[in-house]
Amino acid sequence: MKYELVIGLETHVELSTDSKLFCSCGGHSSPKEPNDCVCPACSGMPGMLPVTNKHAIELAVKAGFMLNCKINQYTTFDKKSYYYPDLPCAYQITQWFNPICVEGTVDVDGRKIGIKQIHLEEDAGKLIHDEATNTSFVDFNRTSVPLIEIVSKPDFRSSEEVISYLKKLKSALQFAGISECEEGAMRCDVNISVRPEGSKEFGVRSEIKNMSSLSEIKDAIEFEKVRHVDAIERHTEILVQETRRWDDVKRRTFPMRNKETAADYRYFPDPNLMPIVIDDAWLEEIRKSMPATADEKAKYYEDMGIAAKEAAVLASDRKLCEVFDTVVASGRNAKTVASWILTECMGIMKRLEIATLDICPDKLSRIIELVEKNEITRAAGKKVLSAVFEKNVDVDAFCEEQGLNQKVDDAFILETVRKAIAENEKIVADYKGGKVKALQALFGLVMRELKGNGDPAVIRSLLETEVNK
Amino acid sequence: MRYYINEINKAGTVAVDDTILVKDVPATAGSKMLESFRPLFSAEAVERLEKSGYAVSGKTNVGEFGFDLVGETSHFADYADETSLKGAAAELVKNKNIKAALSVDLNGAPRRAAALSGVDFIKPTYGTVSRYGVIACACSGEQIGVTAADAEGVKEILSVIAGHDSKDGTSLPEKKYEYTLDEDVSAMKICLVTELYDKASDEVKSKLDSYVKMLESKGAKVDRISLDVVFAAQTAWQILMSAESCNNLSRFDGVKYGYRSAEYKNIDELYVKSRTEAFSFLTKANIIYGSDVLAKDKYESCYDKSLRIRRVVLTKVKELLASYDAIIMPVCSKLSFEPYDTKDAFTKVFDESLYTAVASITGLPAMVSGGVQLVADSFKESTLLSIAHCAEKEGA
Repeated sequence: MKYELVIGLETHVELSTDSKLFCSCGGHSSPKEPNDCVCPACSGMPGMLPVTNKHAIELAVKAGFMLNCKINQYTTFDKKSYYYPDLPCAYQITQWFNPICVEGTVDVDGRKIGIKQIHLEEDAGKLIHDEATNTSFVDFNRTSVPLIEIVSKPDFRSSEEVISYLKKLKSALQFAGISECEEGAMRCDVNISVRPEGSKEFGVRSEIKNMSSLSEIKDAIEFEKVRHVDAIERHTEILVQETRRWDDVKRRTFPMRNKETAADYRYFPDPNLMPIVIDDAWLEEIRKSMPATADEKAKYYEDMGIAAKEAAVLASDRKLCEVFDTVVASGRNAKTVASWILTECMGIMKRLEIATLDICPDKLSRIIELVEKNEITRAAGKKVLSAVFEKNVDVDAFCEEQGLNQKVDDAFILETVRKAIAENEKIVADYKGGKVKALQALFGLVMRELKGNGDPAVIRSLLETEVNK
Repeated sequence: MRYYINEINKAGTVAVDDTILVKDVPATAGSKMLESFRPLFSAEAVERLEKSGYAVSGKTNVGEFGFDLVGETSHFADYADETSLKGAAAELVKNKNIKAALSVDLNGAPRRAAALSGVDFIKPTYGTVSRYGVIACACSGEQIGVTAADAEGVKEILSVIAGHDSKDGTSLPEKKYEYTLDEDVSAMKICLVTELYDKASDEVKSKLDSYVKMLESKGAKVDRISLDVVFAAQTAWQILMSAESCNNLSRFDGVKYGYRSAEYKNIDELYVKSRTEAFSFLTKANIIYGSDVLAKDKYESCYDKSLRIRRVVLTKVKELLASYDAIIMPVCSKLSFEPYDTKDAFTKVFDESLYTAVASITGLPAMVSGGVQLVADSFKESTLLSIAHCAEKEGA
């Protein structure tokens, strides 16, 4: 019999707000010594009251627009109770009864995936265990940082779809400035079951908790598929609805202890937070502040004359877009800039193992300008670019220091060539005596003298003319 | 040490109860759990008093987290050889040790205490006084109120502390409230709740009778009416209060501050032993009750239903207040309480909450003066103050 996978995802994403969800402590980008970023509110002191961060509401609404959701204009916060040392109040403020966004869809590999809801909630802190002294420490920096949880419907039918969805989600969220989606800032719970193809019934479901690496998600889904099909066909085990975790060393999932999963969270509306009413005017304001989507951006780049494939790569990454847009706005030619980013920058990033393009656009613009005006060669430009990536050098100062910006016009090259011929009689004699390779030695000397500047073709042709005179 | 924790020696100053935070001064909420806790900031109400030139001179004792009758469950009070229970703040005001006191009204304790000591207390409209800096139990109903010798004293202090505070999300937008004592009582219509009158002791009944007689002699019209939602209000408030308190008190887990058991083998034991050793019987009873009514299988029939009852009670009382300026009712079943066995605390307090629950669950302003309770519509504190002021001039 043929089987199909049925997968639903719960994806947690940290929002890019300047402050936490219910207090004015710095949000995701604050300094990170343990407990640097805490106040009486987010460390659970008595007497403090929560006050909602308006920006977090707006970012959640933006996520809703992006995933074609209906926005609940009346939305509430609820308390979820459980004891854990990283949760200072012993409750988490989340949205259980009236989530901010519901009923959305997103296109993944040509299929529509339903979004059940998006809700806002606060993150928990971090526990640090010191094995040596058998002591645990608590860091509340992350406590109360705003998250959205995006809950999909069980509409995925393959691990490939799941990965495409997550990639698309990540790029879209970064694009709209909703989340930086830094390493580990996007976490997934994967709900998975298997059923005979064409069946309408759902199979027994397992939930794999807290996954963040795409490759592990894919492996865990494939593992679960085999485990479920084996259980159905060969009765290897009796499937039960349960929570599991992926063990990346043993390359398989394991059931979590019952204690970790069986809980009654005692949800109830938080009486300290009045319901939030998002009126039409506010909704419209948020809608207007939405940036172009990746698809719209790619189309726009194509209209600028950039090849479709290159436009798509640029548009897929917010950092690439930002640098590209800024450099083009500074007066450089779009096609030239695209080539510098996609060939030179990405080449250097690959060599240096840098994941995101983090370069000052003004510096890139200046390098391209110098090359275009023939003040330095393209090869010298690459050298400067590399130095900018590695040491963030000043472009003009570096050129000066390395002598890259010598005037290397033809007259200067000719002068250098003549000098080389005059000073190296032996090599010239060898060449004239039939050793063709000797010319290469002269070429190298000229190049060295010019510090790598100058068009090689020009040097070669001048050299040949001069030496044969 | 019986009535208060810090020395209070300046008559003419204001004390606050020990669930209200004053920066760097121990705040225990009457619990062993918080014996060592020193807050990092002061409550908004305390800040306002100090900015207006009042000396906040000390902390008055409270029953553990404010659940009890008048303060008898405090870890720091010793009522062993007392013959009758009294509230610390109310007694200090009565004895003129202090000008006034701020007390948190969670379940009626300061209202009852005022009646027992013969002083005034007002629980203003919910949202008019910031709850920022109150050790929270039931956020949807608890409110800072003012104890003072008379209506004038109450008015003076309430005017200072009421007004919008952006640090409290439930604080109402009005920046400042003007209160008066001069509303014309002779033109007022007042109603007496027969259900509560009938259940009270003879002593309380005669207090109400003479109060009503005095109002009538001033020209006010007093009707006896039925308000049968008081019983539903009592149960619903118990459910909401316990549930919210169970949740709010869960932060006291022995991990970050406060009491931690001396010995434990793991984190679960640390939680269980610390809380078992530091909370008193009545607090534990409320936590267990609150945890139960929030359970998945009871949420609809208990907690959610209580929220709906809150709306019904509010509607019914507001209907009444459309034709009456104020409602008069007892605030407690009798005018003195004897110490009782700890194990009886939960039912004892629940029974008494029949008289205080309506104002607690609706957030309507309630004032105790001359041993009786007056309830008015939202923001009608001036009506309550005027009635009390008038009665006090008459010596009622």
